[in-house]
Amino acid sequence: MSIIQQGKALAQGLVQGAVDKAVALAPDSWVPGGVPDPLIRHQHGHIGKPLSRLDGPLKVAGQAPFAAEFPIEGMVYAAIAYSTIAKGRIAALDTSEAEAAPGVMLVMTHRNAPRLKPAPLFMSDPKAAAGDSVPVLQDERIHWNGQPIAIVLADTQEQADHAKSLIHARYAEEQAAIDFAAEKARGTSPSQFMGQPMHNQIGDAEAALAAAPVTVDASYRTPRHNHNPIELHAVTLAWSGDTLRIHDAQQSVAHSAWTIAQVFELPAEQVVITSPYVGGGFGSKTLWQHQIIAAAAARVAGRPVRLVLTREGVYRTVGGRSPTEQRVALGAEPDGRLTALIHSGVTAKTAHNAMPEPFILPTRSAYAAENILLDVRHVELDMISNTFMRAPGEAVGTFALECALDELAEKLGIDPIELRIRNEPEKDPTNGLPFSSRHIVQAWRDGAERFGWSARNAVPRSMRDGDWLVGLGCATATYPYYRMPGGAARITLTRDGHATVDIAAHEMGMGTATVQTQVSAERLGLPMEQVAFNYGDSTLPGLVLAGGSQQTASIGASVIAAYNKLVAELLALAGNNSPLAGLKPDEVGSLNAGLCKLDDPDRYESYASILGRAQRETVRVEAEPPRPLETMHWSMHSHGAMFCEVRVNAITGERRVSRFLGSFDCGRILNPKTAASQFRGGIIMGLGLALMEETQFDERSGRIMNPSFAEYHVPVHMDVPEIDVIWTDIPDPHAPMGGRGIGEIGITGTGAAVANAVYNATGKRVRDLPITLDKLL
Amino acid sequence: MTPFRYERAADSGEALRHIAVSSAKYLGGGTNLIDLMRETIERPAALIDVTALDRSIVETPEGGLRIGAAATNTALAEHRLVRMRYPAIARAIVAGASAQIRNMATVGGNLLQRTRCTYFYDNEGSRCNKRNPGQGCDAIGGFNRGHAILGASDACVATHPSDLCVALAAFEAVVHLESRSGARTLPFAELHRLPGDRPDAETLLDAGELITAIELPPLPIAARSTYRKVRDRASYAFALVSVAAALEIDDGMVKDVRLALGGVAHKPWRALNAEAALRGQRADAAAFAAAATAELADARPLAHNVFKVELARRTIAAVLGGLVGEAT
Repeated sequence: MSIIQQGKALAQGLVQGAVDKAVALAPDSWVPGGVPDPLIRHQHGHIGKPLSRLDGPLKVAGQAPFAAEFPIEGMVYAAIAYSTIAKGRIAALDTSEAEAAPGVMLVMTHRNAPRLKPAPLFMSDPKAAAGDSVPVLQDERIHWNGQPIAIVLADTQEQADHAKSLIHARYAEEQAAIDFAAEKARGTSPSQFMGQPMHNQIGDAEAALAAAPVTVDASYRTPRHNHNPIELHAVTLAWSGDTLRIHDAQQSVAHSAWTIAQVFELPAEQVVITSPYVGGGFGSKTLWQHQIIAAAAARVAGRPVRLVLTREGVYRTVGGRSPTEQRVALGAEPDGRLTALIHSGVTAKTAHNAMPEPFILPTRSAYAAENILLDVRHVELDMISNTFMRAPGEAVGTFALECALDELAEKLGIDPIELRIRNEPEKDPTNGLPFSSRHIVQAWRDGAERFGWSARNAVPRSMRDGDWLVGLGCATATYPYYRMPGGAARITLTRDGHATVDIAAHEMGMGTATVQTQVSAERLGLPMEQVAFNYGDSTLPGLVLAGGSQQTASIGASVIAAYNKLVAELLALAGNNSPLAGLKPDEVGSLNAGLCKLDDPDRYESYASILGRAQRETVRVEAEPPRPLETMHWSMHSHGAMFCEVRVNAITGERRVSRFLGSFDCGRILNPKTAASQFRGGIIMGLGLALMEETQFDERSGRIMNPSFAEYHVPVHMDVPEIDVIWTDIPDPHAPMGGRGIGEIGITGTGAAVANAVYNATGKRVRDLPITLDKLL
Repeated sequence: MTPFRYERAADSGEALRHIAVSSAKYLGGGTNLIDLMRETIERPAALIDVTALDRSIVETPEGGLRIGAAATNTALAEHRLVRMRYPAIARAIVAGASAQIRNMATVGGNLLQRTRCTYFYDNEGSRCNKRNPGQGCDAIGGFNRGHAILGASDACVATHPSDLCVALAAFEAVVHLESRSGARTLPFAELHRLPGDRPDAETLLDAGELITAIELPPLPIAARSTYRKVRDRASYAFALVSVAAALEIDDGMVKDVRLALGGVAHKPWRALNAEAALRGQRADAAAFAAAATAELADARPLAHNVFKVELARRTIAAVLGGLVGEAT
């Protein structure tokens, strides 16, 4: 960094610091969420009803069209060939056999691909979406083992696959950085995540640790993980002139459309992405090289293209979670009060992305330690860009932190739940902000009661059922409330009392479309059947990422902004001959397909009446929510208390999770049915993280060796017990609808709850995930 | 997948006529072969579908069972006489794959499953002596947690993935074969090879030879048999170690025993050393542990599968111990 850049960064830092402080100290009412969303008070409407998902019948009938199912006239099928070395260049690439194969229309490599601009890397611009910044088929350079080197287009998928297998590459290999330990030994770098340094220091934690009467100081390791959404990444796309239409599997339609437009140097509106149904995203359904390659090939061939990555293709070209090596050191007084909390370590990223796995995030607001030191360092490896994977940071960070708490509880002779409650902070321990709403203690008490925690014997190996050792463990789950800038929504209200809400949001199976129909109907005072929620289309308003568990808040705030504008417009149309005459927008709410005074519902006029008198068929409004300053004013986090009962076979070490309970404090639950699915899905993914998920990255070649469901293990039905979930349902007064995100929290804390239960069962501390049976023999 | 011709044989004679085409392969349920073709590891010019051939499961005059090679795994596992007389076979089958795969898979095809070594499967990016003789083996210095601890060679450390075959090995099955030069039988124990310096040659079948049936001898001891599969998850995973065992006890002493191991070698591993060590011994935990130790004396684990030696030892002893209750 040059001196000028350093000066700029310093100045920006100072300005940012001053803004942070100003927002933190501002009166609540000046901050978004300062005035609670009126919907929080609605107790008996659509919100909170356990409605089945609206798209359920369509999906069960196989009639919901996914990205690989849209037919386009004249479409050809694609297959991608991948590099087999980690670093170097393509010395020779023989495509002649492939070109001569039956049905082949095009073999495109770096030699005949159109010249493309680099894809703006996610976070390099508010609209950028690319998972890596490596040029897409632009030169002979190889940056990771599995990088796409060619695409084949053919009349059938079988022909494309066959021709792909006839492409022969020879490489000039170069020394690659692929050995994590070796690169660590060469030195590590400090990390930044979303523009923030991954470093916090309060007091002198090392000195406090040295002086503490009781300490734990342990190292934890988590492996690489790969994304395995059941729907393979796929696009069906076509050029029409200079307009590109893409049916994609997406969790960022607007970001990805803008980014692809940059690549092809097109006006942003000439790339249109639709994605009505997505079979799971978890952070992976963003923009990777395959969409760009398919679009470029379609342009060269002049034909619409369908590209469905193979499962192996997903492993080769879609990043996953990076490995971590974490140290957690805790110093405590004999009464359990933490005096020192150190959470530090190393992870791996690449030179072409900006995503060091931020495993200290959950620790920042966790416990009231007097001295805190948090630090993430990284090395850069020649591998596929790692990326966001369900609760990046928290999923693996809580494993280390919450296992260490369990170890400390045992040393202190204090119940692990009690130890956590004794260290419950009054305000955020690292930024000093007040909590918006924190009821973790209630979640712990409710959960302990329901799970029967009091029956646990703290002495390991004290419970046995035949050959099976039985243990109970627990851990705290946590995930932040986020709301990213860029939201916007459009509401169209018709005289006959129908409303349409348009926003470029996403339904990846979470239940968003259902829940947001419920919320919109409630806000507009309409029956569900009269509200249409449109999403999954980059031409709709808003820049909404279905990530960071923030989509519900982002949509909520956007719809609130549009709704407020709608009310103002309706009041203006109502004029002086209405029962509503003279009322200000904030005195008015919706009821029974009309507006009324909030504290005097008799002052009411229906939408039909207002629009009729104004001789209007429709009112259409569009608005953007205020910047998400609430997260700079309050410390906003969801929490959970996770309880696990595990059985470990004393002879073979086989592990079976026999009971699991998640007790959550996530604000108001908008739809208990879809929410329970989200919680359970997160917990199941957490069981995989705890017990089996591991990418086999061969450090001799940099190649992923288990790119298939047969060899990369995720839990099967028999690995998953009945999972019980409960929640406090206490609205967060500062979040839209009173709800905080719930999509990711289930995977957090789960790994530690399992590991702590395994310890209770066996007396073995496994600090190295996954907890495979060989570690328990 | 490389384009191929598809023929359907009505009987073994027709199958043998079709197979004369060079690089043709017999197709059973396709649950492994089609995967391997998709990965371009197998590139047959033709597939001869033999699922229309004999799929009957009948009692032999001697009181054994003759299983047509086209019988599905599901049919075999559900067969009344199998469950009564050879329960380990039924348990081994249902411990494998998924219900859907077992419905497709044939018994004949199951015998010819190929290894799940990930380096064998990585046709484009890894070296493998089984795929490309003489190329070298990337598994030996790579991820070898699932690999062999017994009978491996410097050329290959792969394991045989079948569960069914482990039980068949324990029960001295006989394989019926036909080729253009006639019919013959082969003891099951001799069907599969250890890798040696030819890991690409996995069986002693001649080129074009067809498995027509598997015959189980009458074996009273097998009525008290079981199969135990230890793996990384509760279902749908290949064995780290599996044990098929039958035990006959007379007055507290081991009168007879059958023991075979899966997940430990290039072939289903009949544990003859352990059997010999047990016959005539008192049927107790010490004897079982000693027998297991004897069988594993020659184990040569790799960097990531050292645990398999202890796991196999423990599982053998536990399975035999579990049979004691049933056998007395």
